[in-house]
Amino acid sequence: MPAGATYEPLATSTLGSAGTITFSSISGSYTDLRIVLVGTASGNTFALRFNGDSGTNYSYTQMNGNGSAVASSRVSNNSLIYGWTSGTTNPAMCSFDIFSYAGATNKTVLVVGSRDNVASGSVARVVNLWRNTAAITSIVVSANGGNMDSGTTATLYGIKAA
Amino acid sequence: MIGALVAGITGSGGASLSSYESIATATGTGSSGTITFSSIPSTFKHLQIRGLMRTDEAGATETNCYIQVNGATGSSYAYHWLRGNGTTAAAAGAASQTFTFPGNATGAAATASVMGVFVADILDYGSTTKNKTLRYFAGYDLNGSGEVRVSSGLYNATTAISSIEIKTSSGNWTTATTFALYGIKEA
Repeated sequence: MPAGATYEPLATSTLGSAGTITFSSISGSYTDLRIVLVGTASGNTFALRFNGDSGTNYSYTQMNGNGSAVASSRVSNNSLIYGWTSGTTNPAMCSFDIFSYAGATNKTVLVVGSRDNVASGSVARVVNLWRNTAAITSIVVSANGGNMDSGTTATLYGIKAA
Repeated sequence: MIGALVAGITGSGGASLSSYESIATATGTGSSGTITFSSIPSTFKHLQIRGLMRTDEAGATETNCYIQVNGATGSSYAYHWLRGNGTTAAAAGAASQTFTFPGNATGAAATASVMGVFVADILDYGSTTKNKTLRYFAGYDLNGSGEVRVSSGLYNATTAISSIEIKTSSGNWTTATTFALYGIKEA
């Protein structure tokens, strides 16, 4: 993938049928990564997996509002980066900010999730941890490890600091 | 947050992602609790800071991060926040403060090499007629504890912002800490 401007689109993928999206051979020349995901997945949770790691090396803390109440929860020893609940008919949106993805620290990810289906919906903010100091070179975007719906689109951006 | 801003830019037609430019990056020294961006150019419409942060505060899993501008240390700030700590969501605010409050860094008692992060948007920073609003999204997770937080901050002055100070409430920024300052142009 190319290196270039400060905020650079690196790759975009739109599913032609149900499936997952993989970004591989990610250049280490940026400071942070960002994924913007729009689509549906039968109400399952959008998620990421780094470098093919399916172990229980992830965790998250989230807060959300669903139109009538706010709540917060966490999951330790998770097996995925947790995004937010997808839509079933109307597209939901998730953005993932992956800080210092090529750095020597464990990886922290901030997520914004938005889903609205007229009579129901929710907005969420999530912080995830991947307990691994390896550089992230590949990312699989999925619905809780499974398929997302046809038409779902994900774009990977690189953000480069001075 | 970048997406929200860039979407706004691209949605209004014409401008490209090159409207988002890197200005400077600062790294913790391990011996100071303050990092300053000074002589910020006035050629942008908005600013954004992306922070990766940890302190050496002994015995602490988290350390408050504060942001001031223009070297102003008086009670010219206010903030409001919404936070989830894994169990409950809560909100609070404070007026007449000496800083704005983006969120928390990890401290020396946190799991090694786990960092707090934030994205800060400083809107219309060059205006000389409007007070300044700041918007924050921050969090850290320690696999069993942590928090996620959104905050607003007010600098109650119409002076253009030319410097930004990022401070710990206690201890020093570690050498793994970095703050990257970006400028976002308008058409």
